Amino acid sequence: MSDHAVDARSAGSAFEDDAAAQANYLAIKQRLVWRRRLLPLVAIVGMLLVWWQAVELFGIRPFIAPSPVAVAHVLVARIDTLMINLVPTAIEAVLGFLLGNMAAIAIATAFVYSRTMEEAFFPVAVMVNTIPVVAKAPILVLLLGNGMSPKIAIAALVCFFPTLVNMTRGLRDVSKEQLELMRILSASPREVFFKLRTYNALPYLFSALKIAASTAVIGAIVGEWIGSTTGIGALIISSTYNYDSPMLYATVVVGSTFSALFFSVISLLERRVLKWHFSISA
Amino acid sequence: MLRASSPPGAEAAEKAVVFRGVSVRFTTERGTVTALENIDLEIARGSFLTLLGPSGCGKSTLLRVIADLIQPTGGSAAVLGHPPEVARQNREIGFVFQDPALLPWRTVLQNVTLPLEVGGGKARSGPHSAADLIKLVGLAGWESAYPHELSGGMRQRVAIARALVSGPKLLLMDEPFGALDEITRDRLNEELLQVWASTGTTVVFVTHSIYEAAFLGREVLLLAARPGRVRELVPVGLPSPRRLAMRESSEFVALAAHLRRVLETC
Repeated sequence: MSDHAVDARSAGSAFEDDAAAQANYLAIKQRLVWRRRLLPLVAIVGMLLVWWQAVELFGIRPFIAPSPVAVAHVLVARIDTLMINLVPTAIEAVLGFLLGNMAAIAIATAFVYSRTMEEAFFPVAVMVNTIPVVAKAPILVLLLGNGMSPKIAIAALVCFFPTLVNMTRGLRDVSKEQLELMRILSASPREVFFKLRTYNALPYLFSALKIAASTAVIGAIVGEWIGSTTGIGALIISSTYNYDSPMLYATVVVGSTFSALFFSVISLLERRVLKWHFSISA
Repeated sequence: MLRASSPPGAEAAEKAVVFRGVSVRFTTERGTVTALENIDLEIARGSFLTLLGPSGCGKSTLLRVIADLIQPTGGSAAVLGHPPEVARQNREIGFVFQDPALLPWRTVLQNVTLPLEVGGGKARSGPHSAADLIKLVGLAGWESAYPHELSGGMRQRVAIARALVSGPKLLLMDEPFGALDEITRDRLNEELLQVWASTGTTVVFVTHSIYEAAFLGREVLLLAARPGRVRELVPVGLPSPRRLAMRESSEFVALAAHLRRVLETC
């Protein structure tokens, strides 16, 4: 059947061997990759230099804006304090992330199978989501006391909504033909869910998880602003009250580095799980 | 509306498909539409029937009634001697959509073997293995490729292999090549006839191309629109095996002209 099937020929036969052209193409591609990596680095270093020179030149007092050198000094000298305070924040953010997303996935699954559930509870979820984090935090501290649990709850709440929305859409947005195919195959509802809907939802889920990775950290930090003695959030508050700007900036650097790391871990996981998805855009 | 007093019985088992007074009506906000009205139809086993008609003539609906994707609101249908639901559950039907509807997270081979994994105990392999079918549709060497790495024509070949993997006695195709370029379409038409010859399955093929209908079908069923009804069953007398060059023969040209004339009155 394939004696003259041009588009079905093996990929190799469509290409000629031209080593020089191939090497040239790869060199150009490599240069573009390095460009994309180096340019942001150059921009960051440049901005740090401008900041440093501005502080020196205009004689800005350290408690208003510290020089990057002072911040770097604190980062090195007080790294143990910073790390001790990062630990509770990281635990709260990660646990909140897990709890919030698992709850969102479970409820999204319920929504897909019960319109009644969705119609009743989706508006409630929207309403809870409209409460700003800073307003949710004191309510949860009153409800759950002063330990880690209110912070975990806040982190979970901020993760919950984007995942709920995305996951519901991902589970539901299956093409009509794919559903008809499953019916022709007399697939059970369980098979439709595990062989079709869950895979279909994975790209949607991961884009929500990437948002959640950074918002979980924000949630935990904001939770620590209220009556907490440890954590990145508490450190931000105390260094602000003490006019210890270099410490404040160093705390922010540590907090956002952790946030970026968390985000990278999820992105890496996404690339591994969604191989088929990523080679589409590549 | 005519309701068949007795369901199609023993004589229906000889046939791939028997319709007795089948009607399908949909009600929407804008009113009620009669997609199919009082259709009587018999399709012999092993035949290749093309359904041709203007848009809105219910040809896709007719195919979906056979596949048990739509239940008729009137009359009765029998597929391979059973109600359509039983035929579907027995895995006797393969379906190819206009959109290949491949699962993008599965490789070519995994897509082709999907029918063997779902449907509980009814899943069984047909006479041709998945590997044989991939070879038959000209995709040997592409087993581990993902759908996005394939061209539109290749994706549709995968969909055909998938439809055949459980050895269906009836292959339903809903404008499968409608979205492809003409060169690919011609090639796939010729190849589909070879697949038909080597599997012996009954094929019902929906198209809105006069040339495709005449080239592929042993018979062409012309449907008229609003409401969808049978206009004419046209036998095709072209010799087998069909070759693309036959479309230049005076016989083919006359047939196409006839189909066009009837279509203009539909």
